[in-house]
Amino acid sequence: MTDTNRNLTQEQVRQRIEQHLASRHRKEKVFRGLGIASVAFGILAVLVLFTDIISKGSGAFVQSAIQLEVTYDPLVLGIDKVDEESLTWANFTGVIREALRERFPKVQSRSEKRELYSLVSSGAPFTLRKRLQSDPELLGKTQTVWLTADDDVDTFVKSLSDSKEGFRGRTSDQKAEWIQQLIDSGELKKRFNTTFFTQGDSREPEQAGIRAALLGSFFTLLVTLVLSFPIGVAAAIYLEEYAPKNKWTDLIEVNINNLAAVPSIVFGLLGLAIFINFFELPRSAPLVGGLVLTLMTLPTIIISSRAALKAVPPSIREAALGLGASRMQTIFHHVLPLAMPGMLTGAIIGMAQALGETAPLLMIGMVAFIVDVPTGITDPATVLPVQIFLWADSPERAFVERTSAAIMVLLSFLIAMNTAAVLLRKKLERRW
Amino acid sequence: MQTSTLFALLLLLILVAYGAGISRALTVAHKRGGLRKLAALPGYYGSYTALWCGLPALLLLGTWLIFDDAIIRALVMDRIADKPDTIAGQNLLYAQIQNLASGRLIGDAAPQLQEAALQLNRLRTGSRNLQAALSLILAVGLGAFALLRFSPELRAREKVEQVLRWVLLTCACAAIFTTVGILLSVLFESLRFFQTVSLTEFLFGLHWSPQMALRADQVGSSGAFGAVPLITGTLMVSVIAMFVAVPVGLMSAIYLAEYASKRVRALAKPVLEILAGVPTVVYGFFAALTVAPFVRDLAASLGLQASSESALAAGLVMGVMIIPFVSSLSDDVINAVPQSLRDGALGLGSTRSETVRKVVIPAALPGIVGGVLLAVSRAIGETMIVVMAAGLTANLTANPLESVTTVTVQIVTLLVGDQEFDSPKTLAAFALGLMLFISTLMLNFVALHVVKKYREQYD
Repeated sequence: MTDTNRNLTQEQVRQRIEQHLASRHRKEKVFRGLGIASVAFGILAVLVLFTDIISKGSGAFVQSAIQLEVTYDPLVLGIDKVDEESLTWANFTGVIREALRERFPKVQSRSEKRELYSLVSSGAPFTLRKRLQSDPELLGKTQTVWLTADDDVDTFVKSLSDSKEGFRGRTSDQKAEWIQQLIDSGELKKRFNTTFFTQGDSREPEQAGIRAALLGSFFTLLVTLVLSFPIGVAAAIYLEEYAPKNKWTDLIEVNINNLAAVPSIVFGLLGLAIFINFFELPRSAPLVGGLVLTLMTLPTIIISSRAALKAVPPSIREAALGLGASRMQTIFHHVLPLAMPGMLTGAIIGMAQALGETAPLLMIGMVAFIVDVPTGITDPATVLPVQIFLWADSPERAFVERTSAAIMVLLSFLIAMNTAAVLLRKKLERRW
Repeated sequence: MQTSTLFALLLLLILVAYGAGISRALTVAHKRGGLRKLAALPGYYGSYTALWCGLPALLLLGTWLIFDDAIIRALVMDRIADKPDTIAGQNLLYAQIQNLASGRLIGDAAPQLQEAALQLNRLRTGSRNLQAALSLILAVGLGAFALLRFSPELRAREKVEQVLRWVLLTCACAAIFTTVGILLSVLFESLRFFQTVSLTEFLFGLHWSPQMALRADQVGSSGAFGAVPLITGTLMVSVIAMFVAVPVGLMSAIYLAEYASKRVRALAKPVLEILAGVPTVVYGFFAALTVAPFVRDLAASLGLQASSESALAAGLVMGVMIIPFVSSLSDDVINAVPQSLRDGALGLGSTRSETVRKVVIPAALPGIVGGVLLAVSRAIGETMIVVMAAGLTANLTANPLESVTTVTVQIVTLLVGDQEFDSPKTLAAFALGLMLFISTLMLNFVALHVVKKYREQYD
């Protein structure tokens, strides 16, 4: 203490200390508040992200359909019998147009007709074709069918619930009136969107689905799992149980740690240069995608498998070795089964990472527009995240909804996988 | 024979060899009076035979499949008299021959090409037959050899374990192969790129417009490959991201480690971890459709002009993505600071925040710095958010409301779609990839080193 302090009275000293203390406590509160604010910001970000996606995407699970009285008139269709060849040529569009004209008989002018025809999706003729194909008796008869509405109609109908006017977009007043009429008479309804889960990609939003992308993801992940799990576990066993402590092992370890942090897009470059250009594997195939993702997830799997092996107490190994088991027998008969739950958890987390990965797959051509559902690992395919990327780029408003819905599907898969990992760990992991 | 049937056949042979090895061992043991007379359990004799049967044949098949296309191509092209000089021309010619050979190209082709196509088909059939014959002979022969060599004194277990050990070692080296693969793939193409564009132009050039001329006399044919706008763009987005991620991540780590009750911690931590599990393409969608318009409108209401693909939107969302990364790494190092340091500071009368600011953070600083460096390397390499939310035009600017482009965005735009592999435009992507790889590698290296060094301090 300095001289000046000594001259202060006790009261003054206390006052000073209290002042100082008050400011220190204030700072404490501010600091604490900042901490709470940070945590709250993080949680808020999660909430905003999820509500944004869900509010945008939940609409895509239903789709507008229009009820029409369709007559399979042989004259309009231009066929007289039902077989493979005639079905390909049959004019189902004409049948639908006929039905629409019957429903709205006042429509006369050309432009009005064009408006009217655009109420129904351009994929509707295929629905009729399938019906006729499955039941040839229908030829010449009249049937009431629900046909998928065009995406503009769908968007308009869905936006009606938000505001009275609704989002018009390309929908004219005339068309809006028709739609209103159809809704009032119960001929236009929102039904569960099966197309979204049963179809491949399409340029028309109302016909686009995620089935092809889901299967593509499945095949890609299959290749990834089949390759990365055994290789990762084997590498972990070598490094944890066998590797002598030398420069060579250090090099491997540094490499694994570094690979875990290499940007994913660089793995895409590797895939493009080596798998596609050098080995001439097919482009856009789940096989190549799986190979690239294997290289990407290997570090994750190796690191978690090593942790699992490390957690098995040495006493187990010593007991087995003491009873005369060889090193390999000790590992494969005793250590590995005990470490398996931990390894599986790591593998599931690695697979979840691989499922959400997009960038490297863009490099190897999995970004192509693919309508057909893949049937094997060498078919051209796309994966769910890439499908999301492609749809996010599409200008149609209806695609925004479908993109969000696809994101919801992707996120629910990821949540399921991560929950499975947590449960597995809780259920099977042993503590020594 | 199809390759897949050949594989199936080989697998079958391996199974047969396994069974034969076991039964052989059992009969011999039976004759000698019990399993004790064998040097190893019967299963090991089975594996031993199976390894002899399968491993060499599969290795042969693998190498064959890798190299046969290249060799056949060389043989076919060798016969052709007047080859084009360029690689592209040769590729085109060979593709023509391939199409002719598979019957996809119908019409008149030069007799020389017809002949080449015939030769190609002959070579292909020959190669396939030879490969099948050789690998089957190898499998059967070596399997039989192993069976013949069988004796009760044979230490089958040791041999099998030796092979297994080599397999384990090979798997462990996968990481090295990957690194070498990455290096080779980006290095080769980059070297070709630097033959046309000089290194100084690439590193210090201020203009980036990667297009190549279709004709020599085309306007603006040269194309510009100056990477500076890309680097500044990448840095700007990363810096914005760090401005969000570091304070929020660090403060929430501190709060959760030092203040929060157990229940809050158990609840808040997994929620924050969710942010780390969301795929980047989802963040990209969120940035492009929700945050970017919001930023634009906000700027407009403040009287500022913001691009709808502003660096700010991409950076903000990227920052949110990195929050859990920073917070979990800082959480680790904060928890690693010994309790005695905190107790000492608290005992001397400092408040909690003073303890944190003056004692815990300085002690944890190296670890935190290492974590932040890792986060920076992640921000630099992040692709989808910037591809979807940042712009495509290279813009040398310091205004975060304008649109910028990044290294990763350019790699994607240059490589998505069809490419020809000798235009500098495609090769530029590999040069950018090399730059990205080296810079993230250095950042990781330094960061891991710092973290490791720090961890050893208190252990």
